[in-house]
This record gives sequence, C-alpha cells and structure tokens, in this order.
Amino acid sequence: MHGIHLTIVLAPLAAAIVAGLFGHKIGRAGAHWITNLAVGLSFVLSVVVLKHLYLDGGQAENYSLYTWAVSEGLRMEVGFLIDRLTVLMMVVVTFVSWMVHIYTIGYMHDDPGYQRFFSYISLFTFAMLMLVMSNNFLQLFFGWEAVGVVSYLLIGFWFKRETAIFANLKAFLVNRVGDFGFILGIAGVVMFTNSLDYATVFGSADSIAAQSVEVIPGSPWNAMTMICILLFIGAMGKSAQAPLHVWLPDSMEGPTPISALIHAATMVTAGIFMVARMSPLFELSETALAFVLTIGAITAFFMGLLGIVQNDIKRVIAYSTLSQLGYMTVALGVSAYSAAIFHLMTHAFFKALLFLGAGSVIIAMHHEQDIRKMGGLRKYMPITYWTAVIGTLALIGFPGSSGFFSKDALIEAVKDSHWHETDQLVYWIAYLSVLLGVFVTALYSFRMFFLVFHGEERMDKETKSHLHETPWVVTAPLILLAIPSAFIGWFTIEPVLFGDFFGQAIRVNSEHDVLAHIGETFHGSWEFVVHAMTAGPAIYLALAGAFTAWFLFLKRPDLPEKWAEKFSGIYNLLDRKYYFDDLYIKGFAAGGRALGQFLWKKGDELIIDGMIVNGTARSIGRFAGVLRRVQTGYLYHYAFAMFFGVTLILAWLLWA
Amino acid sequence: MISLQHYLTLSAVLFALSIAGIFVNRRNLILLLMCIELMLLAVNFNFVAFSRYLGDETGQVFVFFILTVAAAEAAIGLAILVVLFRNRRSINVQELDTMKG
Repeated sequence: MHGIHLTIVLAPLAAAIVAGLFGHKIGRAGAHWITNLAVGLSFVLSVVVLKHLYLDGGQAENYSLYTWAVSEGLRMEVGFLIDRLTVLMMVVVTFVSWMVHIYTIGYMHDDPGYQRFFSYISLFTFAMLMLVMSNNFLQLFFGWEAVGVVSYLLIGFWFKRETAIFANLKAFLVNRVGDFGFILGIAGVVMFTNSLDYATVFGSADSIAAQSVEVIPGSPWNAMTMICILLFIGAMGKSAQAPLHVWLPDSMEGPTPISALIHAATMVTAGIFMVARMSPLFELSETALAFVLTIGAITAFFMGLLGIVQNDIKRVIAYSTLSQLGYMTVALGVSAYSAAIFHLMTHAFFKALLFLGAGSVIIAMHHEQDIRKMGGLRKYMPITYWTAVIGTLALIGFPGSSGFFSKDALIEAVKDSHWHETDQLVYWIAYLSVLLGVFVTALYSFRMFFLVFHGEERMDKETKSHLHETPWVVTAPLILLAIPSAFIGWFTIEPVLFGDFFGQAIRVNSEHDVLAHIGETFHGSWEFVVHAMTAGPAIYLALAGAFTAWFLFLKRPDLPEKWAEKFSGIYNLLDRKYYFDDLYIKGFAAGGRALGQFLWKKGDELIIDGMIVNGTARSIGRFAGVLRRVQTGYLYHYAFAMFFGVTLILAWLLWA
Repeated sequence: MISLQHYLTLSAVLFALSIAGIFVNRRNLILLLMCIELMLLAVNFNFVAFSRYLGDETGQVFVFFILTVAAAEAAIGLAILVVLFRNRRSINVQELDTMKG
C-alpha cells in the first residue's frame, strides 16, 4: 500500500516536471498525454485505496516516510495519514483534476503556454495531494503554501494582462493574511505539545484545552480557543470566507479550467478539509466553533446576494462558490463535519461541472463572458445545456440531485444543532442565513441559466454565425461530471453522514453530535427526499428562487432594471461588493503604501541616508574644510608652528 | 672677563635673529638658507662655549662635523634653489605655496 500512496502523490509531480522543464522537447501532445496519464493513474490508484479502506475493511494507515530534521525533540517529517477522510478527498481531487486535464486539451488548444499550463495543473494536483495526505502540520503547511503558489501562477497565467497580474497579486496578499494566522496556530500547537504530528497533538488535545494564555495581558484565553481561531483564520484565507473572500472573484482572471479545479472544486475547500481534520481540536472550543459558524453564515448569505448583480458568467459562479463554502463552514460550526465534507464532495462535482460548462459557453462565444450578451444558447449547444441543467439543479438543491442531499442534510443539521440551547443569537444567524441563502442561490443560479441559455439571442451576428457545440474533449468531462452531480447523493448520503464512514478520522463530542440525532430518523435516501418535500421550507425556497428568476429575467426582463434604479442604494452596495475592495485598496493597501512612502522619504532618505550616512560624510567634510585652512603652504607658517610647538613643549617640560 | 653667560647670550641672540629672519623674510629664499646657516652657527657657538667650560674636547669635534654637514647642506640647498628658479622663474617665498591645503 505504501508504494501505491507514494505513486499517487509523485506521478503528478513527475509529469509536472517533465511537462514543465522539457515541454518544448515533448511537444504539445506529449505534454497533455503525460500529465493526463499521470493524473489518471493517481485517480485509479486513489479508487484502489478507497476500495481497500471501505469495501475491504482495511485499516487506516499513519506512517512517516522521511525525517527531514529533528530540533530539540521536535520532529519534522514527511508522512502520510491515509484514513477514510483522506481517501475521500484524494478521490475527489484526482477525479476533478483528471476531468479538468482532459477538458484543458480543448480549452487551451490555441494557447502558446499549453505545456506550461499542463505543468502547473499537475503540480497543483501534487500539492493538493500532499496537503490532504499529510500526517503532520508541517507537511500540511507545505501543501497549503504550495497550492497557494500554483494558484498564484495560474491566476496570472496570462501574464500580459494587467487585470490578471492585479488579481494574482491580490490573491497572494490576501492569502498571506490568512496564512499568517495559520502559521501562528501551528506555532501554538507546537508551543503546547512540542509536536507536529497529528496523532500526538490530538492525543494531548485535552491538556491544551486545560491551559490558558494571555495574549492581551489581563484577559486570559483558553489555549484551545486561541489555536483553533488562528487555524481557522488560515482556513478563512484559503477557503475565502468573509472578510478574506475578496481574492476569489478576482481569481476568475485565470483560465476557466483552473477556476473549476482550483478556485471552486478543490483548493478553496482545503480550509474546510483542514477544520474537519482538526475536529478533535475544534470540538474542545465552543468559542471557536461559534466564530466558525458566524463567519460561515455571513459568507453563505451575503456573498450569495452579490451573485445576483454580477454580469460576468464566471463571477456569478465565483460568488456562488463563496456562498457554498460558507455553507460548508456553517456545517463545521455546528459540528456536522461529515456534512461539510459531504457538501464539499458534491459541490466539487457540480461546481466543477458548472465552471467547465461556463468555459464551454465561453469558447463558443469566442471569449465573451458577459451574460447580457448571451441568450438562447440552448439550441446551439445541447450537451452543454443539459449538463448545465444538471449542475444548476444540483447547486440549488433540487430534490434528488447530489446538491440536494448534501445541502438539505446540512440545513437540517443547523436546525437541530446544539446551538439552539447554548446560544440563540448565533443559532438564528446561522439558520436564517442558510435558509435565505437557498432562495438567493436559486435566484442567481437561474438568473444566469436563463440569461445564457434561454430568452432572446443578444449576441452580435458575427458570433452567432460561429455558434456550435464544443469538441468532445470539452463535452466528455462535462458528461462525466454531470453523472456524479446528478446521482452521487443517492448512494453516499447514508454511509457518509449517518453510517460510520469516517470512523475515527472525525471526532465529535456526543452532546454536539447533531448528525447522529438526525440519523435516528433516517430511513434511506428516498425517505429523505420525501421528508424534505413535506417538512422543510428549504426546498420550497429553492423553487421560489427559481420561479422568481424565471419571472424577472424571462417573463418581465424590464423589471430588474427598473428596480435597480429605484433601489439604487442597495444596488450600488451590491454592485460595489459591500465596498470591501474599496476598503482594502483605499484603506489597507493605500495606508500601507502611505506608511511605506513615509518610512522611505522620512525614515530612509531623511534620517538614515540624509543624517546618518551622508550626514557623517558631510560633517567630516565641513570639519576638514575648516582644518585645511591651517595648511597654507607657506614655509614661514610651518616654521612658526614648529617653533611655537617646540617652545610649548619646552615650557611644559620645564615648568610642569 | 668673558664668562659662559656671555657666550650663551650671544648664541641666543644669534638664534633669535635667525628665527626672526625666517619669520619676517617673505621674499628671498636665499635669505632663508642664510638664516638656517646662522642658526647652525649659534648652536655651534654653544658647543664650543660648553666645551671650553667643561674642559671636554668632544664638543669641538662635533662642531667640525656640523660645519662639514652644513657646508654640504648649503651646497645641496643652493643647487635645489637653482633648479627651483629654473622651473618657476622666481625664488619669492610667498609664491611657493603649492602645498596649500
């Protein structure tokens, strides 16, 4: 098994190196063959590991491969922890990555950076696998940063575009903020346990929770609360939770395949995965969970609202990703870690599908991304249309689709969570956010869907004459992703949520265990659908949202514009994304630049250069200028000085 | 009776004269050389006076050496002076300030 684990990780790395460094030798076809085969191999082997762990009842494995350094008893190692949580992530990551690899052959067909692109996405797969398969914090951090770097490279893939450079810098900087919290969290873990190994740290979780620290003198904090909040700040950066979400919509400047792979399906879920992995820690801090829940709820609802006013097809999906990540975070906050991972999995499939579908539309529209200039694409692109139907239905949680199972279970979990007893305020924020979020999700999803595929054809004649379905390398991944998007919920909800799929990988305190509570009344997938139809308001909110979208954007397309003028205050607030960008760019970034300018002009140029360095030289020069007058060059002055000096010395010798 | 005191006084007067010559003279380099010679003679005077006073001939031997060296020095000094005049067409002390800082 160890050999298989290693192959899963190293195959994409090897392919990335070959495609990256020898891309011009192996050519375009060589680059896509080698990376596709490597990632395909990883996927197949991941499925083998999944079968071994789940069907054959194999044991979870936790072992170290290599000790990098030992410092005062702190072991820095490379190792794998392969349990069911890991293997689920591995299968999702490699599957979506493989689909995107295939899709890229079509999407990047004419791009001069073809080999480079394949090298990057294979490298990303390697980094993401390192992240999820890690058995210690250091390797987790390595993977965490490595996916960040690849994300940076890929957002700025078209490096001649000004906006792309701006976006990748923004992504990198905002992630630095999160990563700063993350590394402080890891430092906290090391401080209290002197270990980076998951098993050791989780083993001593109780002792951490028993201690307290005073970050601000006079106000002691529980050590576990501090560590968990710091770790979660890392997750907020990577998983784009408010207020560190600003980089994700801008990351859409990158090519569409990586928007699907990195900025929707896998990398941005790293934060969710990390918190689920750290469940033994988070379970011991009520405060940290309340923080997680609130942040998630705010993101889920308010970021969804922004999706309604966006006109760029990819940005609408990007805001939907933010909102769905918020849902997952809410699930973490109510201790329904399995529900979060379950939603992560289904979301990975349907969101990758939606993004790749959007990419297919973009190819057909000759890289036009404005949905106001589309419409009626249904009859030109039947495969894209039908896969988009599946993706959109899954996203809004239409009964029976994969998104329905995960989202409905998630909402149920929030509704029945222990927060109802412990903290009413947090409970209602979370519950209302996820409920109203369902309506908003359906509204923006169907708005985009109708504007793109239905209604009048608003594109120009030139584009219209070239409209046709995209080639099979583009549509095949769509179909392959549409299948799990539609059906995977039926088979997986029972084992993942209510069965013992995760086993010891996720630990939940019995008084928090809302999923166990729901599981008592769970009698199969079909019953679950029927129950949702009759009990919850969520499904009706989704249908109401879809209906509203139909009414506003197909039936009465004049209304939205009128309303936008009438409620221009609200519209502007949404259009400017709650002024977060203005705050960050004009506030933090401009403030940082002003501070830098001040330190440069005053501190560096005036004090250090002006006064210390040049000042010393200048004062020596001035002093020498005075002193050189003494050297007149006249013999009699020197003779006088000599005589005067000798006289002085003699006088001193005689009378002193 | 002429005592040591008188010799020393004469010697001091000569020495002071020569120093004054160096300070005051700002025109002629030859005068400068002559003043230096005079300074040496004043010193020699001291040597001879003390030699007689102490009854030790060593001082007078010194004087012979100093006179010899002074003669050689004067020769070299005059030679340099000639070269200097050739180069600068002047032996004016006030014009010799190339060492000015």
